[in-house]
Amino acid sequence: MWTFIHKMGSPPWFFRFSGTVVKWLLPLTLVLLAVGAAWGLLVAPPDFRQGNSYRIIYIHVPAAVVALAGYYVMAFAGAVSLIWRIKMADVTMRAAAPVGAVLTAVALVTGAIWGKPTWGTWWVWDARITSMLILLFLYLGVVALFEAYENKTAAARACAVLSLVGTVNIPIIYKSVDWWYSLHQPASIKFTGESAIDSSMLYPLLLMIAAFYCLFAVTVLLNMRAELVWNHREAGWLQQLVREA
Amino acid sequence: MYFDSLTALWHMDGHGFYVWLAYALTFLPVAVMVWLPVRRQREHWRWIAAEQRRADSVQADMTDK
Amino acid sequence: MSSPADMANPLLFFFMVVTLFPLGLGPDPERLSTMAPGVLWVVALLSSLMVSSKLFASDYEDGSLEQLAIAPYPLSVLVLGEVTAHWLATGFLLAVVSPLFGVMLGLPQHGLGVLCYSLLLGTVCLTLIGAMGSALTVSIRRGGLLMSLLIIPLNVPVLIFGTTAVSEAIIGGNPSTWLALLGGLAMGSLALVPLAISAALRVSLDN
Repeated sequence: MWTFIHKMGSPPWFFRFSGTVVKWLLPLTLVLLAVGAAWGLLVAPPDFRQGNSYRIIYIHVPAAVVALAGYYVMAFAGAVSLIWRIKMADVTMRAAAPVGAVLTAVALVTGAIWGKPTWGTWWVWDARITSMLILLFLYLGVVALFEAYENKTAAARACAVLSLVGTVNIPIIYKSVDWWYSLHQPASIKFTGESAIDSSMLYPLLLMIAAFYCLFAVTVLLNMRAELVWNHREAGWLQQLVREA
Repeated sequence: MYFDSLTALWHMDGHGFYVWLAYALTFLPVAVMVWLPVRRQREHWRWIAAEQRRADSVQADMTDK
Repeated sequence: MSSPADMANPLLFFFMVVTLFPLGLGPDPERLSTMAPGVLWVVALLSSLMVSSKLFASDYEDGSLEQLAIAPYPLSVLVLGEVTAHWLATGFLLAVVSPLFGVMLGLPQHGLGVLCYSLLLGTVCLTLIGAMGSALTVSIRRGGLLMSLLIIPLNVPVLIFGTTAVSEAIIGGNPSTWLALLGGLAMGSLALVPLAISAALRVSLDN
């Protein structure tokens, strides 16, 4: 296990390994997304109360779930980079940040679009949406901080510190926003937390969540590969690979 | 298959605009997000290859002389 | 953070911004008093942001930050000392003076005490988190705006607990849970944030 992690820290090894992974993960992701979306859009029955607009759940919830998980991935990579000074972890953290930010934005936009037919307005300050908005700010903060620093090694460490602090805060933020919302709303209409979600709706949702996780992984790997190719363009191992191709 | 026809699928009992807008605004950014690093990596790859060709031809010129 | 002017500025800021709200929303006492907890807390947060951006700036510029970093004492302890001094001159004062502004916005009598307590506890958190933001951005030119972007999300729980405590007190409910939560946040922040601040300071010194 440790040898594996150690090997991953070596750019040529990681590049080769990630290449193999991406080769099958990318098509798999596309297939899962297509099947999941089709299932959710075409096969699953409409919701009793919301009709067909609920089908947005199949993109809103996976995006939201993976956006949140992605922050933890980013922070974990940052921690590894900070504690063990593994450069590859830096690259992972930087690769994950924009992906997480995009998915958070997608979750917010789809949430707003879903809100219109459900509650009549484009924006509602409900607990989940508000927490998502704060998560977006947290992501954007990390990206902005990296861009602002001149020394990029220091930049990576700064982002690691920031995302770690953010990680500790996220449960507190989510909980406090939850309480805030339930205090000000007499009957909290949960967007998605139907305690008895029918299996015909649950399975496509789970599939889409898996699809989005794969999407996150593959995009992060692709980002990392692009960065590695540029950062190591003078390196012997990469020169060799290009010649062979 | 819940819907009877393509028109029904498009309309989604009146919610079609929202559902399709949401799906479009999801899959378009996602596609861009996946495409950008692929393109970036290819560009870098080509740049390295071009640099190699340049270095090779300089080398060849020098050995010819 | 030594001259009386430095201490007066955030208070003055608080005073003036509090005045803006009736001007913007209208003088209706009932509406003002409903909005008072939120307004007071948001303005306190903004004052905190304002003073935090200056916290390590002068130390960074004159090199005393580097001296702190290589001192034989743990940086997080030294940092805690500096932040405490800063808090006494800013957040603490703000909390003490807040009942005055509460009255200006029509906050009922029985809410004033809770306002003060909530701000006492809350400003501890705000000052610590603000210091971390300052530490991360001190080496960046015009880091003040970026600092605000970074720490506003982290301040949300403090804001929520603080305003809820005061709101509960006004309607005759029990604010103690909320004050306890604020206390918990303050304790937690005191324990953990100085570590983050010292890590951030070292990173900034490397930039």
